[in-house]
Amino acid sequence: MTIRSLDDLAKIREENKHKVGLRESGQGKEGAAEILVGMTTCGIATGAKETLEALTEEIKAQSLENVRVVPVGCIGYCFSEPTVQVNVSGEKPVFYSKVDEEKAKEIVQKHIMNKEILKDSVLETDYGKA
Amino acid sequence: MENVKSQENKQYRIALRNSGLIDPGDISDYIAFRGYEALGKVLTEMEPAEVAKMVKESGLRGRGGGGFPTGLKWEFTLKAPGDEKYLICNADEGDPGAFMDRSILEGDPHSLLEAMVIGGYATGANNGVIYIRAEYPLAIKRLQVAIDQAREMGFLGKDIFGSGFDFDLYLKLGAGAFVCGEETSLIQSVEGKRGEPTKKPPFPSESGYMGKPTTVNNVETFAAVPPIILNGPEWFQGIGTETSKGTKVFALAGDINNVGLVEVTMGTTLREIIFDIGGGIPGGAKFKAVQTGGPSGGVITELDLDTPIDYESLKNIGSMMGSGGMIVMDDSTCMVNIAKFFLEFTQDESCGKCTSCRVGTMRMYEILEKITNGEGTEQDLINLNDLARSVKDTALCGLGQTAPNPVLSTMNYYKHEYEDHVYNKKCTAGSCKALLSYSIDPEKCIGCTACLKVCPTNCIDGKAKEVHVIREDECIACNACFEACKFDAVIKP
Amino acid sequence: MQKQHEQLKTNDFVELPKEHYEELETYISGVKDKEGSLIHILHKAQEIFGYLPKEVQLFVSRQVGIPAAKVYGVVSFYSFFTQKPVGKHKISVCMGTACFVKKAEKILDAFAAELGINKGETTEDMLFTLRDVRCVGACGLAPVVFVGDNVHGHVAVEDVKDIIQQYRKGDE
Repeated sequence: MTIRSLDDLAKIREENKHKVGLRESGQGKEGAAEILVGMTTCGIATGAKETLEALTEEIKAQSLENVRVVPVGCIGYCFSEPTVQVNVSGEKPVFYSKVDEEKAKEIVQKHIMNKEILKDSVLETDYGKA
Repeated sequence: MENVKSQENKQYRIALRNSGLIDPGDISDYIAFRGYEALGKVLTEMEPAEVAKMVKESGLRGRGGGGFPTGLKWEFTLKAPGDEKYLICNADEGDPGAFMDRSILEGDPHSLLEAMVIGGYATGANNGVIYIRAEYPLAIKRLQVAIDQAREMGFLGKDIFGSGFDFDLYLKLGAGAFVCGEETSLIQSVEGKRGEPTKKPPFPSESGYMGKPTTVNNVETFAAVPPIILNGPEWFQGIGTETSKGTKVFALAGDINNVGLVEVTMGTTLREIIFDIGGGIPGGAKFKAVQTGGPSGGVITELDLDTPIDYESLKNIGSMMGSGGMIVMDDSTCMVNIAKFFLEFTQDESCGKCTSCRVGTMRMYEILEKITNGEGTEQDLINLNDLARSVKDTALCGLGQTAPNPVLSTMNYYKHEYEDHVYNKKCTAGSCKALLSYSIDPEKCIGCTACLKVCPTNCIDGKAKEVHVIREDECIACNACFEACKFDAVIKP
Repeated sequence: MQKQHEQLKTNDFVELPKEHYEELETYISGVKDKEGSLIHILHKAQEIFGYLPKEVQLFVSRQVGIPAAKVYGVVSFYSFFTQKPVGKHKISVCMGTACFVKKAEKILDAFAAELGINKGETTEDMLFTLRDVRCVGACGLAPVVFVGDNVHGHVAVEDVKDIIQQYRKGDE
């Protein structure tokens, strides 16, 4: 559709508002979850594509319905690529570093399905934003 | 978007606010995070001059390196006579060791598009061009997708937000020329020509692309515009130092643990960036220097690590902000070799239009090569310094004027290293191949004392039938031991 | 850019596939501002032919309607354009500052020694071309080597032989 006014824009924003809550603070629909995969040049060079595929396959294999995998840009933590952000409704978002295919499967099985955080792979972030 | 700057966070993200948080291929993600709201506000509630004024009041300065006030640039173009004006985004990130623009282009392309439409409105331009490096294929692809989506939703094209304002933009590819980061060269290249700079004045704001008033801004500069519109100029004014407002993205690389992009408020110290955010130097090595400003900048030593970063302070310590490359070096890095590396780059990238840069950078490079090969003389050091100063004063464009900076700054802070190379034929960092020290292979040495006897400085220790050792600090690399040894036990550098 | 001027000799023209010329002609005819888009046209031509020999430059000059000298001026100015054919595998060693600090020079030397060519040259069997490139923006992986589109990060001198072998094997 074509946006002709600020009201038109507000409508689209409203429709997509759930993304903001879930990604910034983990507020969203009960049971909803998202896995964000950093897919920029350096991420892809370290295997982010394979990570993304592994996540998608595992979600399918486990027949999880409310879990989305989203390709995103990078958070700038090049030393820990591929990076993955897991947003589960009702929990603070968690970042993981150096997520290969193996770890991707584990994230789905442990974090998403059992709410068990993979402590050894957690990436501490230290930034606020505008 | 929260308007609070948290105290405990080391980083604060304005330009990178959406990177890693939204799907760059899905415009609705961008809209969810208040995307295109600033544009709507500008087009429906503000006059072009008000927008330029607002950006001027915010204190935003060019993030490509120069630091020229963005709002002022916009006002110049807006006031320039003529109906046909252009807006160009410089996405030709040429500094080797900087990749923040690439990250924004790949991770949040719509923020650039939105800011460009705002900039077009504020400068009176209806056409925009994004000049992007051909070396960034993924960024090109994502930008093209974003442009198509923005057109489909009416953020580009005719009568945007029903305001009667028309704006469209397209991509122009670079082809690998560092000099095209200079705005007059860039304009030549956008026109399909060799990217050679032209003299200023006339400035692009009077006569730029196709001879029309043109504004050129960098990607990171544009990325800061939508938040300024949404949060107001006072908000931006409140972040940073007296002369430099807002944040700056740095590409932290080299001998550092946490290689990556960091966005910090102006006024953060280098020590905080390198040791707190960057996690320090790997392998317990010692910090030696940090280089900012790429081939146009200089090195900063341990002594100046507590300098709060802004455009002026970095200039005062002999470097510059530049586009944001920040290369950390440990003590295995030879400063003469680093100067040579940058000069090799600039002499190769010199477009050849003015003599002072074309010939001057070449001669400087040759002298540096002589020094790193251990053939330098006292006169070479004098010539190098003189040459650097004259190129700086006489070159036509920014590339040439700043090309001597890496030489001048290393000569200033690491004079002893230059002298070591020239007088003692030594490279203490151990990276200049020709100056590496001689040693003896214990596997092959049978202890015949032949080398020991010929050594003019008596710097070889050892008894008969025992392995000999060369005391490196006294060795003058005369090669006598190498020639005397019949068992190939002396290792020549 | 003071690129080595590769002499354009008047004799020995290279015969290039007709369908390539046709493809380029179709592309150029669809471009509105031909002169202003010269760089784009040359990008396309290099994509089609693999390199930009004098025949292709003359063809572009006639199609766009500008002197061949101007086309040559642009081709020789930008480092992205090459006038010599390149090997099947393009080995690009990143020489950006971050890679340089991580001793990329030694990696480049090792490739040169292993392949028996200098940077900018192609092996006789037309299998490998060795180049040094400006920053590719993957500083997190320094030192970085690209072979075609494949990225090899954190390369050590010892890895060089294996990398070459990997692509040699792939061709057998």
